[in-house]
Amino acid sequence: MEDRSLVTIADHSKEKIMYLIRMAQEFEMHTNRKILDGKIVATLFFEPSTRTRLSFETAANRLGARVIGFTDPKVTSSTKGETLKDTIMMVSNYADLIVMRHYLEGAARYASEVSPIPIINAGDGANQHPSQTMLDLYSMYKTQGTLDNLNIYLVGDLKYGRTVHSLLMAMRHFNPTFHFIAPEELAMPEVYKLYCNKHNIRFVEHTDFNEDTIAGADILYMTRVQRERFTDLMEYEKVKDRYLLKLHMLRKARPNMKILHPLPRVNEIEYAIDDDPHAYYFEQAHNGLFTRQALICDALGITLEDIKADKTIIN
Amino acid sequence: MKRQELLVAALENGTVIDHIPSDKLFEVVNVLHLERMKTSITVGYNLKSEKMGHKSIIKIAGKFFSDEELNQLSVISPNVTLCIIRDYEVVEKKEVRMPDVLKGIVKCANPKCISNNEPMRTHFHVIDKEKGILQCHYCNTETDLDHVKLV
Repeated sequence: MEDRSLVTIADHSKEKIMYLIRMAQEFEMHTNRKILDGKIVATLFFEPSTRTRLSFETAANRLGARVIGFTDPKVTSSTKGETLKDTIMMVSNYADLIVMRHYLEGAARYASEVSPIPIINAGDGANQHPSQTMLDLYSMYKTQGTLDNLNIYLVGDLKYGRTVHSLLMAMRHFNPTFHFIAPEELAMPEVYKLYCNKHNIRFVEHTDFNEDTIAGADILYMTRVQRERFTDLMEYEKVKDRYLLKLHMLRKARPNMKILHPLPRVNEIEYAIDDDPHAYYFEQAHNGLFTRQALICDALGITLEDIKADKTIIN
Repeated sequence: MKRQELLVAALENGTVIDHIPSDKLFEVVNVLHLERMKTSITVGYNLKSEKMGHKSIIKIAGKFFSDEELNQLSVISPNVTLCIIRDYEVVEKKEVRMPDVLKGIVKCANPKCISNNEPMRTHFHVIDKEKGILQCHYCNTETDLDHVKLV
């Protein structure tokens, strides 16, 4: 069987990314369909993640699939010592596709190797979260009209933030310029800077965060600076309020600039910004629905042509 | 070359693994699973060596390893010498080469990697042969050979 699993976005070519974006556009035009009538999607969440699960389940339900699964590892046999492989083999007897979230890194890759049905990685520990990356790419494309030659400013926790790492790798096809804005303790890891050099991705590093540093941004990608990431709490206290986005900092922003955030937000984006035209994080989350519909269909072998010819649209 | 003395008995047919650093001897035994073999094996430990001071040597009768098996040695000890013996003669000398992929040999350094939590074979890509950098196929964590632990 052709492996239709989605483990990491880094495996995808530029053409494949653009193809999935076009697919998501179709679903944005017509979200409710019966194209997955008769299919069963299993959502296996070995680690709770309410918003990702709801987004996937809504995506499947709005296409007419049925959803089975678990949302809490405490109710599964893995607490009885069942291996991941055994769980996957069992569920693959029942479902056509598995959407899996796991607390261990590499779990999705391994599951895709042992599973007879496709796996979509809905996050494996600190490793990969490709559906988040896809919705980020879709949001950038939708707001900027292109993914090429964008100025992308990443702010906050660039050391542990897996969304920024995946985004950086996925953007290698599109000639971006990155600006990394982070405290030293949470700076972009060396390995990703080497990755940039290897793929001719331009980047600039900043430690200060003010209206001038972000004036050139097309995309301002905010992340949360989390206390538990710091070994030295004094260091945390020093930097915690330096990477908060305030309304007045948008004075010099480009008109096309959009603020993205993988959510949940705590205080890193001032609430007053929610009503500003630059704010885009709630629409971004909404885009997750269309992109996940595209990822589910692609994993099930449904093509863009199938979707364009789809007669099951519900108005 | 005139041999002053032969420290370990000569081999009729088989493989000689020479110039093993003595502290790596038992790791070599483990990686090649010599404990499971039925043929006679001679092990020389802490022998004098002009090149190394002290070295170890293993002579395995009647066994010819595949390149894949031998390349696993590169993880432990990249500078060993391999001699293939037929009828008491060295018919071939081989060097250990770092393979592109290592399966089931070394452990991932990341405790949160699936390969450390599931009964499965580890799998690494050798991404820099000169510096000896491995990347876990599953969690993408990079480790260098100096710090790697065997399965």
